[in-house]
Amino acid sequence: MTTETETMVTTQVYRVYIRATPQAIWDAITKPEWTERYGYGGRSEYNLRPGGAYRAFSSEAMKKAGAEMGFPTPDIIVDGEVIEADPPNRLVQTWRMLMDQDMAAEGFTRLTYEIVEGKGGVSKLTVTHELPGAPKLAVLLSGGLEDTGAGGGWSWVISDLKSLLETGASMDPEDGLNQG
Amino acid sequence: MNDDDRVFKALADPTRRFLLDRLFERDGRTLTELEFGLEMTRFGVMKHLRILEQAGLVVTRRQGREKLHFLNPVPIRLIHDRWIDKYTERQVSALAELKHELEEEMA
Repeated sequence: MTTETETMVTTQVYRVYIRATPQAIWDAITKPEWTERYGYGGRSEYNLRPGGAYRAFSSEAMKKAGAEMGFPTPDIIVDGEVIEADPPNRLVQTWRMLMDQDMAAEGFTRLTYEIVEGKGGVSKLTVTHELPGAPKLAVLLSGGLEDTGAGGGWSWVISDLKSLLETGASMDPEDGLNQG
Repeated sequence: MNDDDRVFKALADPTRRFLLDRLFERDGRTLTELEFGLEMTRFGVMKHLRILEQAGLVVTRRQGREKLHFLNPVPIRLIHDRWIDKYTERQVSALAELKHELEEEMA
């Protein structure tokens, strides 16, 4: 099955076409009032210059679910640093998951958002997540833990982002994160 | 043809599903790797990959001299969220539950 030409690739690539301007998509990724409206529903804070801090905070739904199960949810669930910010087209940053000890121990990964304006008011969003040495995080982000209530990873988040920007409505974050 | 039509059409072929399964097993493969195990010319495999790419199910990226193929699950997710979710009960619970389970496993 394996051949000599095979190299180990640990990058995940996600792409979606969204009927929205690059600026609207950029804002949805970088502004806290937008990030709490889709996907995992936490607020994100960016200092959009090289070396600037990135932090994602846990949502009330996450904290509530954690409390019900009898353990605390950290306030900051993801942290990282901005490497490159070229609004509204390109954002490169480091990204480390802090909600789970094992994933936190896998350290910082590299995440790139690319937004390209297309024809007819449709923009192309490509999310590239480089995950060398982060196998546990890779499973979470690929949606492999959705059955355990961990949300559907990047494709789930991006699908929801598209839905929010195109229809103004998102899936209920409690729907994705609370008890089914 | 709309986006969903392209996805369903791309999936309605065993060779293309086989190619997606190969990428699901391990992502970021070259054309040469994907040809392996298929009784088909290179041109035939390229044609199938092009249909998968047009449907958005495969995204390519250059890495050095190589062109790598990645599985993009988002179009399938969109169909899932738009169609299948409507008819099925959501069974997702909490990210917190995952943490709980992982920690129990460790204990």
